[in-house]
Amino acid sequence: MLVNKNMIVEKTKQKIYEIGMDDMIEIDAAPNGNPIDYRNLNTQIHGAINENFTNIILNNVCGQRFIGAGLQGNIEITINGIPGNDLGIFMDGPIIKVNGNCEDQSGNTMNHGKMIIDGDGGDVIGLSSRGGKIYVKGDVGYRVGIHMKEYEDQFPTLIIGGTAKDFLGESMAGGKIIVLGLKILQDGTIIENPQPICGSELGTGIHRGAIFLRTDENIEDRLGVGAKIFELSEEDQKEIENDIKDFCETFNIPITTIDEKPFKVIKPISKRPFESNYCGYLV
Amino acid sequence: MAIVHEILNYFKVEINREQCKKCKRCVNHCSYGVLSFNGEKIVSDDQKCVACQRCAVMCPGNAIRIVQNESFLPPHGNYTRKIRNIIWAQSGDGGVLLAATGNDRPIRSIFDDLLLDACQVTNPSIDPLREKIETKIFFGRRPEKLTFVSDQDDLEGVSLKTKLMPNFEMDMPIMVGHMSLGSISYNACHAIYKAAKELNIVAGTGEGGLHPDFFEYAPNIITEVASGRFGVDLNYLHNAAALEIKIGQGAKPGHGGHLPGEKVSSLISQTRMIPKGSDALSPYPHHDIYSIEDLAQLIAALKEATRYKVPVGVKIAAVHNSAPIAVGIVRGGADFLTLDGFRGGTGAAPRIIRNHAGIPIELAIAAVDERLRQEGLRDQVTLIAGGSIRYSADLIKAIALGADIGMCAMPVLIAMGCRVCQQCFRGLCSWGIATQQKYLVKRLDVDIAKNRIKNLFHSWNEELKEVLGAMGIDSVESLRSNRDRLRYIGPNPHIAEILGVKHAGE
Repeated sequence: MLVNKNMIVEKTKQKIYEIGMDDMIEIDAAPNGNPIDYRNLNTQIHGAINENFTNIILNNVCGQRFIGAGLQGNIEITINGIPGNDLGIFMDGPIIKVNGNCEDQSGNTMNHGKMIIDGDGGDVIGLSSRGGKIYVKGDVGYRVGIHMKEYEDQFPTLIIGGTAKDFLGESMAGGKIIVLGLKILQDGTIIENPQPICGSELGTGIHRGAIFLRTDENIEDRLGVGAKIFELSEEDQKEIENDIKDFCETFNIPITTIDEKPFKVIKPISKRPFESNYCGYLV
Repeated sequence: MAIVHEILNYFKVEINREQCKKCKRCVNHCSYGVLSFNGEKIVSDDQKCVACQRCAVMCPGNAIRIVQNESFLPPHGNYTRKIRNIIWAQSGDGGVLLAATGNDRPIRSIFDDLLLDACQVTNPSIDPLREKIETKIFFGRRPEKLTFVSDQDDLEGVSLKTKLMPNFEMDMPIMVGHMSLGSISYNACHAIYKAAKELNIVAGTGEGGLHPDFFEYAPNIITEVASGRFGVDLNYLHNAAALEIKIGQGAKPGHGGHLPGEKVSSLISQTRMIPKGSDALSPYPHHDIYSIEDLAQLIAALKEATRYKVPVGVKIAAVHNSAPIAVGIVRGGADFLTLDGFRGGTGAAPRIIRNHAGIPIELAIAAVDERLRQEGLRDQVTLIAGGSIRYSADLIKAIALGADIGMCAMPVLIAMGCRVCQQCFRGLCSWGIATQQKYLVKRLDVDIAKNRIKNLFHSWNEELKEVLGAMGIDSVESLRSNRDRLRYIGPNPHIAEILGVKHAGE
């Protein structure tokens, strides 16, 4: 059944006015327990933005894709539930908070903004992102941070509280990825994650940017083509300090926990990893 | 002493000493370092010559001629000169050989084996000079059927119930193929976009982004979202007549892209949104697309991000299983489908892939058109076909085989002055087309180039009308998939069967 978006906006607006928060709106993504189509949900979000709501709360989200696709401006979206693939694709500015896990390709080609995932992430998180911040509290899947790139003042940052799988930071062309290797249990206690910090083919094809791993594991044999392990320099330390502080504050992690293990940093051997692979004779 | 196995040069610069005024203009114009002045006369290093003809054209005394090198290798029908050169190049360098433009192997063109029909007696032909022949087409997805609602009391009150998808109009069934700023110069891009606007056709940006200077041409531009996502932001998505997800390119199916760092100037850096001097590597696949379902997801994402205002399509290289893939793409929500045949061009691709991968566009058009019709989907999408549409005859035959629009790029470059020396990947184009060096780029006059492109397509369109008139057809849309108006005269009747075309005389 089609839901009249104006009706919902109006109705909810009235309700919110009563408690005096006129920039906030709640949208139910599954009225009566039936999840609505992504297109319907996004239309409602767009409707709310057109009505100048800047604080949008989505309840009962159940796999709806493309939430926040191509949104711009000073908007905050809180998602209660599990958003579907391509969360915040092409997004340019808003903040998305997910109280739950997220699926694949969250932050796909994101330009600017912030995404806070209070749970685990799927595969290919942060694909081709050019800016903004993505924080994932738990573990992530395969090919995360692939082809992240930077440009002028745009610099993507991806922080993972848990661990990652294979092909982390593949073809990376800029930005930074930080993997902390922690596990935050339901009751809030923090332990070292028993899983390996990352899988194989780490940073394969990397030609710019850096991957910071908080680990004492021997990861030499997991390195991909063109990637090299460096000890954390003072400069590197400075570069990640603020990011880690912000991440810890976001998820209530005592900053002292981080110091218990050293960081390793993975950087490209060259900005031109495949330079000598081609020749151009006149044949 | 080690023997140097040098590749025998193909060309020789012949300078007529009597006509040469030693003005050194040729030296200044040669961007490949062939010509120099030794204080006494102009001398040439023939090994470096690519026969781009710039010196010969610019010589005020008409003193220069580029000729074939007569020096002769022992003949061999199988180990041709080219194959021997490839072996010498690779045994010296050990790298993957690069190549530019389209496939240069002398493979028989199927377009050339097709003949067009014309009216005699039983249905009259139309004179295109005096009668209207429509070459206008609509770009975008069409509904399967139209439904109307009527108001019982009011006879006039009939309204359309079907929701129409975004469409736009083009004056000719021609599109300029995707060439990115990076593979070609700023001036070349500018000339193409200007021509597209004035002709009311569309031009592709390639996968290298769209420079903000060109946003004014947005209504005539199709932008590409490729695996590297270079330059893709909301401005880019909102400044286009249509969006295309680039899966493959005819010249290099299954291959990614690689713009070397030295070509990433500040202009390219701005357009692609990557740091200056850094390599621009396009991953081979899209890492968010491993299946038709994933492709459908990206199509939906692009539509969602652009709020369903522009058509979103997909480009694939013509490969062995194009037909079922095309069906998947259309069912996945693509509003248009671009097929790029194995002769399609490139600014740089591994020679092995350019010359040996993919299938001819003629067969791909016929196979895809046929399969889409079987599935009842053909009329819903716009089918664009490219990959060596060299002149109007190829365009007309491509449309008769089943394409809505013919896409071409090489003829546009040739119109602007390209001599097909096939050195695009070196970035030294002496004609200012496939280069980023400022002193070379300024050699290309934007307005002259634009007018030449306009003239070219205007003449193609007139020729298309002539053919349509001769066939007694008054609209190009009635030629599309009209294979009965084609006959085959080639050596292999099985090709005719695949094309769904009868043999001449049948």
